[in-house]
Amino acid sequence: MKQLQERFGQNPEGDNLIIRTAVRLLVPFIQLYGMYVIVHGHYSPGGGFQGGVVLGASFILLALAYDLKTSLRHMSEGVNVVLGNVGVLIFVGIAVLCALLGGLFLDYEALAQIIPMADEEWHSLGIFLVELGVGLAVMSIMASLFWDLASGGDMEEGL
Amino acid sequence: MKTFALLATLATGIVLLYGTGDFAPWGDPASPASSHVSPGYIEEAVEETHVPNLVTAILGDYRGYDTMFETVVIYCAGLAVVSVLRRSRS
Repeated sequence: MKQLQERFGQNPEGDNLIIRTAVRLLVPFIQLYGMYVIVHGHYSPGGGFQGGVVLGASFILLALAYDLKTSLRHMSEGVNVVLGNVGVLIFVGIAVLCALLGGLFLDYEALAQIIPMADEEWHSLGIFLVELGVGLAVMSIMASLFWDLASGGDMEEGL
Repeated sequence: MKTFALLATLATGIVLLYGTGDFAPWGDPASPASSHVSPGYIEEAVEETHVPNLVTAILGDYRGYDTMFETVVIYCAGLAVVSVLRRSRS
């Protein structure tokens, strides 16, 4: 890594104005599309896993086109860890909450005791909440895997 | 040891290949996979969950347990990588 940086340090291959500008313009749309894929999973192909990967890939793209620091400026490590944990907690929390409210594990109908709605509507909303948790977790894990592997764990420099 | 491993692999492979002979034909409507629970999903999923996308309905509702542990597996993988690799500056 050090040798590569010395060789290309002055003019790295990836340090390209066109790439940087394109990525800077694209990243907000990629993130919007990722959220759309998560939220629209009920009606079109997609869902938590796919949308989460798209969201995570937007941060990886920033790290590739700029550098690791820029990527970490857009999504700080602490927030990322919190989002990942919250994502898994949403899924498991809803499942346990259903069981605590007297239904079966992951039986969304039991949540009607909190907000009264028809059973089918709670199924639909429960799936949405669960997919949201999956999306958050996958996004956070994707980004943190890349950051850790690319920088060797010190988050100082990398791709 | 390598010969033994090769032989064991070959034997397992032959048994598995032999087993594929009993599979139902591709796309057979009478096969157990498409005659047991699939028709129920196709007929009732939209009514029961109000989700037009069958894949999402099955993934998030009927097979929610599976999806939950998929998420936990990904979470554990990330946790393992972070706890092994992440180190502070000092």
